[in-house]
Amino acid sequence: MRVDLIDKEPSGPIQAVWEGAKAIAAGFALTLKHLFRKPITEEYPEFKRPLPSRTRARIILTRDPDGGERCVACYLCSAVCPVSCISMQSAESEDGRRLAAWFRINFARCIYCGLCEEACPTSAIQLTPFFETCERDILKLVYEKEDLLVNHGGKDPDYDFYQHAGIVTAAGGKGSHIGEDRPVNVRSNMP
Amino acid sequence: MMDMDSQIWIIGYGVLILKLGAVLLFLLLMAAYLVLVERKLLGRIQVRYGPNRAGKYGLLQPFADTLKMMTKEDVVPDAADRIIFLLSPAVVAFTALLMFAVIPFGADITVSGHRIPLVVTDINVGLLFIFALSSLGVYGAALGGWSSNSKYSLLGGIRGAAQMVSYELALGLSLIPVVLEAGSLSLVEIVNAQADLPFILLEPVAFAIFFISAMAEIKRIPFDLPEAENELGAGFHTEYSGMRFGLFFLGEYVHMQVLGGLIAVFFLGGWRGPLLPGPVWLAVKIVLVCLVMIWIRGTLPRLRYDQLMNLGWKVLIPTALLNVVFTGARLLW
Repeated sequence: MRVDLIDKEPSGPIQAVWEGAKAIAAGFALTLKHLFRKPITEEYPEFKRPLPSRTRARIILTRDPDGGERCVACYLCSAVCPVSCISMQSAESEDGRRLAAWFRINFARCIYCGLCEEACPTSAIQLTPFFETCERDILKLVYEKEDLLVNHGGKDPDYDFYQHAGIVTAAGGKGSHIGEDRPVNVRSNMP
Repeated sequence: MMDMDSQIWIIGYGVLILKLGAVLLFLLLMAAYLVLVERKLLGRIQVRYGPNRAGKYGLLQPFADTLKMMTKEDVVPDAADRIIFLLSPAVVAFTALLMFAVIPFGADITVSGHRIPLVVTDINVGLLFIFALSSLGVYGAALGGWSSNSKYSLLGGIRGAAQMVSYELALGLSLIPVVLEAGSLSLVEIVNAQADLPFILLEPVAFAIFFISAMAEIKRIPFDLPEAENELGAGFHTEYSGMRFGLFFLGEYVHMQVLGGLIAVFFLGGWRGPLLPGPVWLAVKIVLVCLVMIWIRGTLPRLRYDQLMNLGWKVLIPTALLNVVFTGARLLW
């Protein structure tokens, strides 16, 4: 059914009435046609639309390929968070790796903006498409480190921060990291 | 021992109560399910499902809604005129329900020599009774809007009053040809006069005018200016909540059925029809009219206020007057 958008001026009242009646009839025909169409509704609890992998929802803390925690407790996510829903306490392990003694996200406050993920230098904090985190008790939305830690690398599975950072840890000493030269002996490196 | 007369009187009284109960139950249940049907059909017209969570196909939705409205807080604004505010929803529901009293829903039945008319009450000026009540119904909207003491409600109430007063004229005038054809103001007689031919075939113009004014009378799209959601935020019932809002809602849907019944009585031959019994035919016709009203709601946009007044005063009333003259002339010669 095509309705011309640029109508010619109706020449008389009878034609005007006729044109009006035609237009209204076209409308009624259209709604009647739609009445017998299959609805396009996606019925949510039964059908869950597959979300894009970069959808921003529930936050996780990922691990590097060796299974170590990626988070180095640098506070960047907590600093950038516009609603201040991330808090942590930094610590250091015996081999020199930094980690969070505790790490807490208040999902009752989180606005899922993804700035923490952008700020994270180690790809530790990531947003996932899982969004069904409703709770009746609002305090249950405060997630601790053990609720946030997962056993995979998320979107960046092969990345290992300590393979790039020039820090001596159990994963490797000076000069053993990717793209890093052996340390120069400054005493023999004379001009 | 009671004498024969008082026994008959008591039985007659019982029968009347039974009829009242049946009509009331029918109207209220139908009103509840009309809401569901309307929401479903509007949904389907908009390519979505409509309510389908409460029970199979959403069939328990009316009960869920009723429960919700019953248990909700009944808010009365501080500045409201309390008594009128509390009473006006009842006016709407009451007048709508009472109108059905004169609508006949079947031929007389005879039980052991006693004639039982299938109408709550057959008054010989049934048509005037209907108009009196539908005029009273205006007070529900107008007073409800005024007593809320809110500007949107007031605007809605005033619009409602103006709209209903102007369309009442067309409503009344459009029925004069029907009365002329039937020769009676009693709805029972009007139905009987259509034994051979429903009046819609004799009086198509009157039917069109009556249908349009009836839509305006019950404030449905495209004539829902008194409650225009997007202009007035629900208009005259903005401030109402809980079951008082429910009563407005109920009144509206009962009114819809009553007008369906009236259209059936005046133009579609009332309860008359082949094969099926009278009450069923009347119900079918009421539902049919309501479905058409829902279809109209799903299709047409709301009229502007000046368009509404133009249509009422400059189109419908003159046409109705001319129709009276033509019908009179046709019946004379």
